[in-house]
Amino acid sequence: MRPETEAALAENIAAARGPLRIVGGGTRDIGAPVAGELVETAGMSGITLYEPGALTLVAKAGTPLSEIEVAVAAENQRLAFEPMDHRGLLGTSGTSTIGGCVAANVSGPRRISVGACRDHMLGVRMVDGAGRILKNGGRVMKNVTGYDLVKLMSGSFGTLGVLTEVSLKVLPVAQTQATIILHDIDAARAVGALSAGLGSPYEVTGAAYDPALREAYLRIEGFEDSVTYRTGQLKKVLADFGEMSVSDDVTLWEGIRDVSVFHGKEGDVWRISVRPSDAPAVLEAAGADAVLLDWGGVLIWLRIAEGRDVRTALQGISGHATLVRASAQTRASLAVFHPEDAGVRRLSDALRAKFDPRGILNTGLMG
Amino acid sequence: MEMPVPNTAVLSKKAAVVRRLSEVLPSDAVIHEEREVKAYECDALTAYKCPPLAAVLPSTTEQVAAVLKICHEENVPVVPRGSGTSLAGGALPTADCVILGVSRMNEVLETNYDDRYVRVQSGRTNLSVTGAVEENDFFYAPDPSSQLACAIAGNIAMNSGGAHCLKYGVTTNNLMGVKMVTMEGEILEIGGAHLDAAGLDLLGLICGSEGQLGVVTEATLRILRKPEGARPVLVAFNDNEVAGACVADIIKAGVLPVAIEFMDRLCIETTENFAQAGYPDCNALLIIEVEGSDAEIDMQLDLIAKIAAKHDPIEVRQSKSAEESAAIWLGRKSAFGAIGQISDYMCLDGTIPVSALPQVLGRIGELSEQYGLQVGNVFHAGDGNMHPLILYNANKDGDLELCEQMGADILRLCVEVGGCLTGEHGVGIEKRDLMVDQYAPDDLDIQMSVKDVFDPKWLLNPAKVFPLDSSDARRVGSIAAE
Repeated sequence: MRPETEAALAENIAAARGPLRIVGGGTRDIGAPVAGELVETAGMSGITLYEPGALTLVAKAGTPLSEIEVAVAAENQRLAFEPMDHRGLLGTSGTSTIGGCVAANVSGPRRISVGACRDHMLGVRMVDGAGRILKNGGRVMKNVTGYDLVKLMSGSFGTLGVLTEVSLKVLPVAQTQATIILHDIDAARAVGALSAGLGSPYEVTGAAYDPALREAYLRIEGFEDSVTYRTGQLKKVLADFGEMSVSDDVTLWEGIRDVSVFHGKEGDVWRISVRPSDAPAVLEAAGADAVLLDWGGVLIWLRIAEGRDVRTALQGISGHATLVRASAQTRASLAVFHPEDAGVRRLSDALRAKFDPRGILNTGLMG
Repeated sequence: MEMPVPNTAVLSKKAAVVRRLSEVLPSDAVIHEEREVKAYECDALTAYKCPPLAAVLPSTTEQVAAVLKICHEENVPVVPRGSGTSLAGGALPTADCVILGVSRMNEVLETNYDDRYVRVQSGRTNLSVTGAVEENDFFYAPDPSSQLACAIAGNIAMNSGGAHCLKYGVTTNNLMGVKMVTMEGEILEIGGAHLDAAGLDLLGLICGSEGQLGVVTEATLRILRKPEGARPVLVAFNDNEVAGACVADIIKAGVLPVAIEFMDRLCIETTENFAQAGYPDCNALLIIEVEGSDAEIDMQLDLIAKIAAKHDPIEVRQSKSAEESAAIWLGRKSAFGAIGQISDYMCLDGTIPVSALPQVLGRIGELSEQYGLQVGNVFHAGDGNMHPLILYNANKDGDLELCEQMGADILRLCVEVGGCLTGEHGVGIEKRDLMVDQYAPDDLDIQMSVKDVFDPKWLLNPAKVFPLDSSDARRVGSIAAE
């Protein structure tokens, strides 16, 4: 089914006789394989409100992400959480939707300074598993009226409800940007350098490391004079970390955002979140074929031989690992999402049972 | 404000409950004498008072768990309390409840500058979190006005904001993890020093749940390096509407100030009389603060001054030094105290789309005439979070009720123009009965079913957030069904 309105979607879900598989643009095929009748949200499309002076945008869930990016760019604004494009990594095609982006809480390199997709979410409308139309939050920047189901919906992968409309905070595009590149540096020292940059007052908005190239990257954005000044200051902070250069290459960060070094390469892809200072130990224990660090070392992308459970590398380390890319068989056998403690698991299951009493929405996708 | 009738079964077993609590806590941590529990009869919404059955002051997570287990078994409602600074009545007791105060849990458990977080017990005050890391030039960003007194536990419960959240976000954007105890006494760890949830974002759900889902005993908080400097510019206008338009233009120009504060004539005049900040004689003023190095600050303030100049300001006063900055902030920081000197007041907290600012200010003026009550406006203009202060006389019969009616009208207006009832103070009891103006019955039902999951017997802070008639079946029914 491909409803064009929220009301039609609500009717469809209320009348559903069996499980449903919810799809936005189909570009982010993440999670355990799901069976069920296809529900496409792309029919509910269009920006319903955009107020540049208030930094807010409201769009129907099926609106192409590209349409939103073009609209805000025209006002010199952007989605500051820098959502990654999963198509190259997952080998998918199609058009990403804003609803899919929110459902997967997709964030890019700037997450380390401005927060994740969920931190830019102001409100949602949705249809729950019983076919009820619900709203939470709104379209204003500060809102503590009732429980924050907006955060709960972000990253819930369609297992609690089907998003029909989302309100987002947008931010101004920076006038310019620069990247300091540290050369010939190992993982432990790279994480140290990224931490030094992120712990400085110079507002680093990207902090990544590519072990294959032995290069660490720190991005500064803002008004031109300010970027020049802060780049200079940051170089002083990083003086002990060896040879460095400065680049104005924007595509560098697109590559990090989309993990382009893994594109077209075989193997499973894992995404791990840990304390930055734990990252070097995780890399060592994981023994991956290829690695990329982002978010100052919090985010570890691993490419590894098929079917291996990388979570053994997290022994004694707090954090979580998601199996982002693998064959359907591997995704069905290894938990895609990190197994949770019993108490948290019980609460999550009970919440799903409230939002989706019949258990028909993307059943089992998150385990 | 109506509160539920106390459960007589609970009232009559006070001695037994106190005895059981005393078995799991040190003797000085269980407060039950009538004159002593009075200390907990209200929070900062002082118009409403009710002494609790008892109050407990645990020192560890395990003690919190033991207390909750007993209260759960005995069907005793529990009202968690940080420092009692809630303006919404979030910590208002009922006669049959146990107040669970976290004030003795105020240790810093871990500080990590490389990974930029601090782990604290939740009774620690907001400002003392920054106090624990500022020798290394770090700070904790959310800065509610009550930050000297308010506890992190309460900040998490209400998802508190502050003047600087335009740039740094509110509590939920700076909270990385919690240790929490459920009403049944189960200890849970949610989140941590890494980022984002492994599964559903329970952390995002707990933050702002007004102490209704669990009692947070520890928090992992993001800390940031202090900026090199910060300075404000004061811009005075003859007209509220023009001030509002100026705010929108500044935001559109790509400057992202850390704060944009607004004051209207009543607040300006009252604070002038009180604090002599030397503010210009005007109808509306903006205080806009930016951060960075000296040169960066000058560049941004120049840009803001240029934008402001297009709106025909009466005066643009750019701070050049720490002294000048302090003078500009003096009036704004004294505003609430100054108003308090001349009158009782009720502080509202609705948020509106910034574009609706002129319309809403105009309508508030009309309501002020209609009700015969003065209103001062001082608020965070950058994010549309308004704090209209309605002046009333607490000693005059019916004035509080009149003030509440007017407040309700203003909050309904906020919702009507696309905003919400509360931007940073929380619903508590204050806005509880207005929830139906913002949310449809199903929207409230799904929120209440979240509470069903965490607290099936509806014992944690039960009479808050949701209108009593809509939560009645759950609150009363769950106990009766036993």
